[in-house]
Amino acid sequence: MPRDDGIGASVRRKEDFRFVTGQGSYTDDLNRQGQTYAAFVRSPHAHATLNSVNTSAAAAMDGVVAIFTGQDLLDAEVNGLPCGWQVHSKDGEPMVEPAHPALAQGKVRYVGDAVAVVIAETLGQARAAAEAVEVDYGVLPAVGNMTAAKSGKAQLFEEAPNNQCYDWELGDEAEIDAAMAKAAHVVELPLVNNRLIANPIEPRVAIGDYDTATGEHTLFTTSQNPHVIRLLMGAFVLGLPEHKLRVVAPDVGGGFGTKIFHYAEEAIVTWAAAKVRRPIKWTSDRSEAFMTDAHGRDHETVAKLGLDADGEFLALKVQTDANMGAYLSTFAPAVPTYLYATLLAGQYTTPLVYANVRAWFTNTVPVDAYRGAGRPEATYVIERIVEEAARQIGMDPADLRAKNFISPDAFPYQTPVALEYDSGNYAGTLEMAKQAINYDGFAARQAASKAAGKLRGIGFSAYIEACGIAPSAVVGSLGARAGLYEVANVRVHPTGSVTMHTGTHSHGQGHETTFAQVIAERLGVPIENVDVVHGDTNNIPFGMGTYGSRSLAVGGSALAKALDKVEAKAKKIAAHLMEASDTDVEFKDGQFTIAGTDKSVAFGDVALTAYVPHNFPHDELEPGLEEQAFYDPANFTFPAGCHIAEVEIDPETGTVTLANFVAADDFGNIVNPMIVEGQVHGGIAQGVGQALLEGCVYDEDGQLVTGSYMDYAMPRADNLPNFTVDTQVTPCPHNPLGVKGCGEAGAIAAPAAVMNAVTGALRAAGVTKPIDMPATPSKVWAALHAS
Amino acid sequence: MYEFNYQKAGSVADAAAKVAGADDGTLMAGGMTLIPTLKQRLAMPSDVVDIGQLADLQGISVAGGKVSIGSMTTHDTVANSADVKGAIPALTVLASGIGDPMVRNRGTMGGSVANNDPAADYPGAVLGLGATVVTDKREIAGDDFFTGMFETALDEGEIITRIDFPVPTKAAYTKFPNPASRYAIVGVFVAQTADGVRVAVTGAGGTAFRATEMEAALNANFSPSALDGISVSADGLNKDIHASAEYRAHLIGVMAKRAVAACG
Repeated sequence: MPRDDGIGASVRRKEDFRFVTGQGSYTDDLNRQGQTYAAFVRSPHAHATLNSVNTSAAAAMDGVVAIFTGQDLLDAEVNGLPCGWQVHSKDGEPMVEPAHPALAQGKVRYVGDAVAVVIAETLGQARAAAEAVEVDYGVLPAVGNMTAAKSGKAQLFEEAPNNQCYDWELGDEAEIDAAMAKAAHVVELPLVNNRLIANPIEPRVAIGDYDTATGEHTLFTTSQNPHVIRLLMGAFVLGLPEHKLRVVAPDVGGGFGTKIFHYAEEAIVTWAAAKVRRPIKWTSDRSEAFMTDAHGRDHETVAKLGLDADGEFLALKVQTDANMGAYLSTFAPAVPTYLYATLLAGQYTTPLVYANVRAWFTNTVPVDAYRGAGRPEATYVIERIVEEAARQIGMDPADLRAKNFISPDAFPYQTPVALEYDSGNYAGTLEMAKQAINYDGFAARQAASKAAGKLRGIGFSAYIEACGIAPSAVVGSLGARAGLYEVANVRVHPTGSVTMHTGTHSHGQGHETTFAQVIAERLGVPIENVDVVHGDTNNIPFGMGTYGSRSLAVGGSALAKALDKVEAKAKKIAAHLMEASDTDVEFKDGQFTIAGTDKSVAFGDVALTAYVPHNFPHDELEPGLEEQAFYDPANFTFPAGCHIAEVEIDPETGTVTLANFVAADDFGNIVNPMIVEGQVHGGIAQGVGQALLEGCVYDEDGQLVTGSYMDYAMPRADNLPNFTVDTQVTPCPHNPLGVKGCGEAGAIAAPAAVMNAVTGALRAAGVTKPIDMPATPSKVWAALHAS
Repeated sequence: MYEFNYQKAGSVADAAAKVAGADDGTLMAGGMTLIPTLKQRLAMPSDVVDIGQLADLQGISVAGGKVSIGSMTTHDTVANSADVKGAIPALTVLASGIGDPMVRNRGTMGGSVANNDPAADYPGAVLGLGATVVTDKREIAGDDFFTGMFETALDEGEIITRIDFPVPTKAAYTKFPNPASRYAIVGVFVAQTADGVRVAVTGAGGTAFRATEMEAALNANFSPSALDGISVSADGLNKDIHASAEYRAHLIGVMAKRAVAACG
């Protein structure tokens, strides 16, 4: 009988008791002895020279401890924020990589750019003094979007004369154009992938502390990857060695990518705490979060798909402009290139794919990874144009997809855009999704809607993602400035309970449960005897953190390797106790046995022997039972599946109602189906949010129009129907658990499915002009009204 | 927020005296607009005088063909009042669609009406039902109350004590919400009253207004089709990233028809 707390069981999340009873320990819950508070002076202008920053009146105000400006950082030789990925343009030149000072120097480049920091005894005093800092801005013309950036209306950096960061390509353009010229059908589609604000429920917080006795700096921060922050901030910004810099990311209330990056506030509170010899806390308020958290997406694309007369895909050509914002955030250059264009083959056998991506600086907050990061943008391009092609050539969209799918026996499959897919069965998930939504019944449902004065549409999204990020050698060759392995340490205690330390980080994903299930299954210990620890560089060996659906595929693989070592050593101890050879020892359900005998030793007895080694093979083994493993993946993993959305539109108001949504996903093996289902639900909600509700708007002058929930529409429960989600299992062949990752699938697949449904419904009403996300009522009404 | 003196009023007269005695005092009802404004440091009153809990300003009574609602009655109380539902069900529909449960349990009718946010729901009901706004000094006809965006006929320091809504023959409120804030992009309150049909529009303009052409058409024939062919001018209507003036003008027609249909 399978364990009720092992792999495959929907174990209730161990962490939820503290979360739902309000006992989580988030960064803002922490308070240090003698703590002060930081408030930032932020630019109200999108682009201006800093003529002067006068802090004298503010410095004299009640409670003010210190005020620092960009000049102070320059004087103290504090470096700017580093970028973790270098992309080269097609002419071989490296991207333009301007300095990104933690406090503005000479110029401000977006609304919210930090000019100075005030540290005071109370938050109120800090804010009051921040308002009293006198800044003389020389307001400059600003470019609030990519069209303006290209126009040359303003120039952000001397070294980027046309505001271009890079002009990158993948594939052979001449070859693509030749193939396109021979195609029976060429479908062209302009697409905008709307700019999003991540909006985790917990805003960013950073507390800097300095121990004068030991010289140790500590940063408590809302991060998805504390070791990465230690590396970036310690080695590049502040010049602090690892052994004197501790970074702690305790409970974190959602990240969605925007808490991957190293932010200025982290470096400033860490540096300033040592200057003022007091701990410093900074807590972002929600308005600050809208203005200063890195945003996501923001692509403008023209895609062209060439098909032969029978509907076989011949070539895909994609021209994309990507907004970097005012500075390069940690992973920004990689998102529209190596995390995007390499996925443009999708689930299809398209033999030729070419992408040209141009990245632009604008007077907006930096743009970087947001749930899916590049892969939602790729899926949106492929799945919108495939649907459009089906409509234009008059083929059923499911049939057109199935005709072009990579077949299940073609794996491993080398795509034309660098990746080698490991396993998959795309026809399987398409069929599951069609069944789940009753595709055959759509025509009748559409007729019923029509009779009620409504428009109905259905849309597919057969997505693929590259997860399990990432093989270090591969990403290193592509410009990554770090490795992307993972680390696990398994500490078996003398009585057989287990503490596991992981370099991944849980900020909603449920690692404390999922990883514990893997350990319970493997060692035969009850799950309540297993604790999973993450988030503190002082007690985790190392780690690259959590993003790119990597935690189980990479961190779980490191755990499996560490468990292999634990089992190997435990077998030797058991063999000694049973006076047998360790090669004869079998281990199952927490018992070591010798085949063909009635000898057995429990795991707990082996653990005790390891720590009370009276009867122990000292000549062969060291006492103790603790093992550690680093795991560098052999390949990415390739979760894939098919989502289908069905919408109903009220033509009188333009309101789009999501009538039904089904998901058939292949995540490989699944450890906790309940957690996976939750991840899929959350991802779909965010994807539907992007399609129907969310859209960050800067005006022409770079002012943030959607600076609060009054104007930025988040998806809510009543925007969503009940989802039908199911999974197919095609195990990952190259990692020990056979897992692929599930965290981003919903956000990757849903936008294209919803927009294919919306455009399908509109087409039935005669609207053929493309409509961009978010498909708000006013936009849909205007499209209908114009037709 | 900036520091201020918090004062809890013991009575309406006490509240008026406390505001009058402060350097720059402001009344607080439910605080659903004031508190976010304070938190964003967009207002710096010397004193906040809290009238939200005043017993004299609570409660609902139905008598003599009118529904009287104390100004500090919360939206949730109105939404769940059997008395209001029995007399003017459209009012419970309106109240139950304001904000979210937290807002409805704090926000008050009087606070909403006194603030006169152009996208608030209650001005539609006050105007649509021809209500009377009763203050600590006088009675003001609903038609005279809303004078402009965030402006009303209230004098400095004048406190709404209750609002009297005449019970109509039929009434309905239909709202098209802003997808982000869920305030009204357009809300239309239609009532068939002893004095004729009233159609009040909120959300679309600087302040709530009556659609007189629609009223005339509905007086002749109280059915959705009576509104066919009546187009509302987009001139002067609000426009923002969520809705153009033309879209709002169009929605007034759609919401009005749906409100008439909902009257049954």
